[in-house]
Amino acid sequence: MKDAFLYALGVITLIIIGIDIQRIAALPPEAAQGTIFKIIFFHVPVAITAMLCSCVALLGSVLFLITKNFKYDALAVSVTEVGLAFLAANLVTGSIWGRIIWGVWWAWDARLTSALICWLLYAGYLMLRRAIEEPTQRATFAAVFSIFAFLDVPIVFFSIKWWRTQHPQPVFWGGGSFPPDWTRVFLWQMLAMALLAILMVSVRLREEESQREIDSLRRMAHSF
Amino acid sequence: MRIVRQVLTITAKDLRAELRTKEAINASFAFALVILLMFSFAFDPQEETTREIAGGLLWIVFAFAGTLILNRSFARELPNDCLDALISAPIPGAVLFIGKTFANYILVFAVELVSLPVFAIFYGVHLMQHIGQLLFVLALGTWGMTVIGTIFSALTVNIRLREVMLPMLTYPILVPVLMGCMLLTKGLVNGQPIGPDTQDWLKMLIGFDVMFTAVSLILVDTVLVG
Repeated sequence: MKDAFLYALGVITLIIIGIDIQRIAALPPEAAQGTIFKIIFFHVPVAITAMLCSCVALLGSVLFLITKNFKYDALAVSVTEVGLAFLAANLVTGSIWGRIIWGVWWAWDARLTSALICWLLYAGYLMLRRAIEEPTQRATFAAVFSIFAFLDVPIVFFSIKWWRTQHPQPVFWGGGSFPPDWTRVFLWQMLAMALLAILMVSVRLREEESQREIDSLRRMAHSF
Repeated sequence: MRIVRQVLTITAKDLRAELRTKEAINASFAFALVILLMFSFAFDPQEETTREIAGGLLWIVFAFAGTLILNRSFARELPNDCLDALISAPIPGAVLFIGKTFANYILVFAVELVSLPVFAIFYGVHLMQHIGQLLFVLALGTWGMTVIGTIFSALTVNIRLREVMLPMLTYPILVPVLMGCMLLTKGLVNGQPIGPDTQDWLKMLIGFDVMFTAVSLILVDTVLVG
């Protein structure tokens, strides 16, 4: 049942991404920036998905601290890993865009810097987990760190914004506008990335479950 | 009242232990000196541009040197199971945490105060123009650094690669504090007092300090007891 669900989700996600790519290719180049502008259809949805991941990670961490149920710890770690991958995709697509428009791979602009710091924060989360052997302690400390990291993100974001920015204002909140057919493609793409994240998290969750099962079997074997 | 006394007891204990052995504070100050020396090779100290980035350099020195003290804070309690004794003592975890934070704060601040004139002499920076504001920024930044450093020192005390993990986890979290302090210090040592354009950073520093002190106090029992 669960496998069937995962496969179905995978197929649906692939189909949507396939159709999206076709549609994105069919759109005309943007007036000012040309074809490279279309990278926004990946760049922004992966960023939003990564942000959602960090919210779910916080939720999982807090729930773990309250309930001490390892299900939530598994959720937190899975979602953090996937979020980190999406944030990396965001950084890479942004970097490609920057190379064409700004002429440099990396500019120390506000959003780039804050995205990088977020990446480092959550990479620290995974490093911390690696360094702790005992499962309860690992889950607890990781949850505490996740809460600190989540609270730090908005402060990082605003303080870096004050520093000086050359990032283009976001299309959706910064006064720019998208023609309706572009918006439609964008929303589909948003859905596709969210589904992809859910798929990856589910696979990762199952891995965590099996890991726990193996651990308990091993403990049982040792006790005989 | 009792809580204040308990906090002071923990602080006094930590300070006494440190001042008798002087292991962390000596290492930290020596390390600060070495980094100051290294920077003189990386950036020409005679140049005007170096003076402009001096505020930033200073906080890198403080962050590095502070980590040495913060690393020792809970690690010192490991031999003879002192940490277990402290945790089982009839005081709340928050008291233990705040007591240790105060002790670390005093130690880190002391190292900063001693390195500050050395830095001024080496790099030809004028500290006295706005010394009051500079000390205020120093006090706020150091508090943010010690609060985060102390809670993470408790978090990393029992794990592998403790010495590496602490800075790796704390520096990204401390980015806003370090940025604010670097920017304000840079202005202050170059003769620009905190004005309307920079006072937002001061507010951010205060907000960071208050928020993370509160969060640490809430979570410290979870970290210490589990």
